[in-house]
Amino acid sequence: MIVFEKPKSLTDAPLHYCPGCTHGIVHRLVAQAIDELGIEGRTIGIAPVGCSVMAYDYFACDMVEASHGRAPAVATGIKRADPSKIVFTYQGDGDLASIGTAETVHSATRNENITVIFINNAIYGMTGGQMAPTSLPGQVTQTSPYGRDPKLCGYPVKVCEMLAQLEGPEYLERVAVNNVKNIKKAQAAIKKAFENQINNKGFSLVEVISSCPTNWGMTPQEALKWIDDNMIPYYPLGVYKDRSNEEEK
Amino acid sequence: MAKLTFKTDLCKGCGLCVDACPKHLLVIAKDKINQKGHSPVEITDQSQCIGCAFCATMCPDCIITVER
Amino acid sequence: MTDKVLMKGNEAIAEAAIKAGCRHYFGYPITPQTEIAAYMAKRMPKIGGTFLQAESELAAINMVYGVSSTGKRVMTSSSSPGIALKSEGLSYLAGADLPAFVVNVQRGGPGLGGIQPSQSDYFQATKAGGHGDFRMIVLAPASVQEMADLTIKGFELADKYRMTSMILADGTMGQMMEPVEIKDNTEIKTVDKPWAVTGTGCKREHNIINSLYLKPDELEKGNFERFEKYKKVEENETMYEEFMMDDAEICVVAFGIAARVSQNAIVEAREQGIKAGMIRPITLWPFPKKPLLAAADRVKKFISVELSMGQMIEDIELAIRCKKPVELCNRTGGMIPSPEEVLAKIKEANGGNN
Repeated sequence: MIVFEKPKSLTDAPLHYCPGCTHGIVHRLVAQAIDELGIEGRTIGIAPVGCSVMAYDYFACDMVEASHGRAPAVATGIKRADPSKIVFTYQGDGDLASIGTAETVHSATRNENITVIFINNAIYGMTGGQMAPTSLPGQVTQTSPYGRDPKLCGYPVKVCEMLAQLEGPEYLERVAVNNVKNIKKAQAAIKKAFENQINNKGFSLVEVISSCPTNWGMTPQEALKWIDDNMIPYYPLGVYKDRSNEEEK
Repeated sequence: MAKLTFKTDLCKGCGLCVDACPKHLLVIAKDKINQKGHSPVEITDQSQCIGCAFCATMCPDCIITVER
Repeated sequence: MTDKVLMKGNEAIAEAAIKAGCRHYFGYPITPQTEIAAYMAKRMPKIGGTFLQAESELAAINMVYGVSSTGKRVMTSSSSPGIALKSEGLSYLAGADLPAFVVNVQRGGPGLGGIQPSQSDYFQATKAGGHGDFRMIVLAPASVQEMADLTIKGFELADKYRMTSMILADGTMGQMMEPVEIKDNTEIKTVDKPWAVTGTGCKREHNIINSLYLKPDELEKGNFERFEKYKKVEENETMYEEFMMDDAEICVVAFGIAARVSQNAIVEAREQGIKAGMIRPITLWPFPKKPLLAAADRVKKFISVELSMGQMIEDIELAIRCKKPVELCNRTGGMIPSPEEVLAKIKEANGGNN
């Protein structure tokens, strides 16, 4: 009996990501959720600008490629045009937390009934390793060669904490994909974010702490350890907002 | 008994599966090169595999199928 | 057909869009076009449509991109600086071959400029809608009736050619009230959109809406194909109107409010014995090059009447291949030339003899 194989919501296209990049893991978790919920035929995904720009080739559902940061606006249009469809965006930190901050905040505050998968790897991957809005204080990048100095360029944006202040969103959770245990939790969170949409509950965002071995200048293994040692202490994992829990209380 | 199948030509040799295997059965075959130019993963002893799928869970490229 | 009703130009656009089957409107407030948003805010909820005030012009145009991806008719409206913000989205719409209907009720610029009527976005609309090689169909109404008719036409052309069509109006056209008759929706032409993202239903390959082509030969091929399509638009969809051109010696070229002012000036010139006429472009892209070139053999001079520092005049000179002189009669910054000013220019062009 097959206990694990590639989900059918992923196409056969080989992923272009660097060796050990966790984008592939998150792609698979999204596809697994789509498969398990049986929604492939009515799901529309939106790819961002960034490393995952070509996600439209990897997901087997209908796909739209959005301009940088505007995926939540595109998702809003699609969902409003046809509420029977399941609409998700897949965005990186530059896309979602820098150039697209307004679209993120406003789709959340409208409680737009969409699912947002947010990859936080604290760096701009596609353009070759520049400082991201989520780069850690002191983190060396191509555009913060002496380490990110909060006095010069501010502090990292903590997206889940920021959005949790809004009345609008239904569900915000931060997960990581640096080990099997965390991946199982991430899988459950991503599935829940889709279930919420199916049940018309509204805006669900899962922030996934991910690695970028290439631009962090580490081996894939070192990068996963760096998540444990540096990323998770700054970006604590957990549920930041869940209205279904609030209602139960 | 559990069985692993690898889509060897899609392997990028990142080794995340190697570290995930609780039985330490996986290795990167340094002496081999696949179509993509990477040294791919191999299982040293199929008979010892418990089919936990930890390797497949960590694999970013979905190259591992696990049967039990 | 329906009865004539008295409407503002902006409201005529909104009602005509609804008649054209548009059920999704996204916009951000900016004078002098906000009546369109206000009208949609009232009407859309009553007819099962979407009105959404977006957080920005960027968000609004990308919501348009989203709806258009699903194959449904959708629009946004704005005024000059707001259209500049939308230009990235306009380029993506072009790159992904998505139909869209966009309204620019122009105000004076550059910068924050003013809120009075202007035509100074001619370059922006016809040549610089955004980055990259692309065109938009640009429609220039000169009456409230045309605001409505060109809106319906705009939706049809956008769908037919999978591109953006834009109404380029000005504050006068938007605010002016005139009797208008809006066509019944039975007359609206629609097209199949097999390319749309409607969910695969697990019955077909996935559709992808995209403008990224990293291989230069593929990007070039797409651009060549798109420009073949634009050639067809130029051949089939160029619209203009001639006024007293049969024996004209002075040819005024003007669109929108400038054309209405010029028409009065031409009537007066004729009364004074000057053979003046007008070619009024209704589509600014495609530009009516052929009738202008034909007129160049008959007339002495052209006058471009514009509410700008002279933008369309460059297209006139190109169209007539500089065979005859082209004079500029212009006001800018929200000022409108008076019929007397245009008449004076006509007299001057005619040699000042009359």
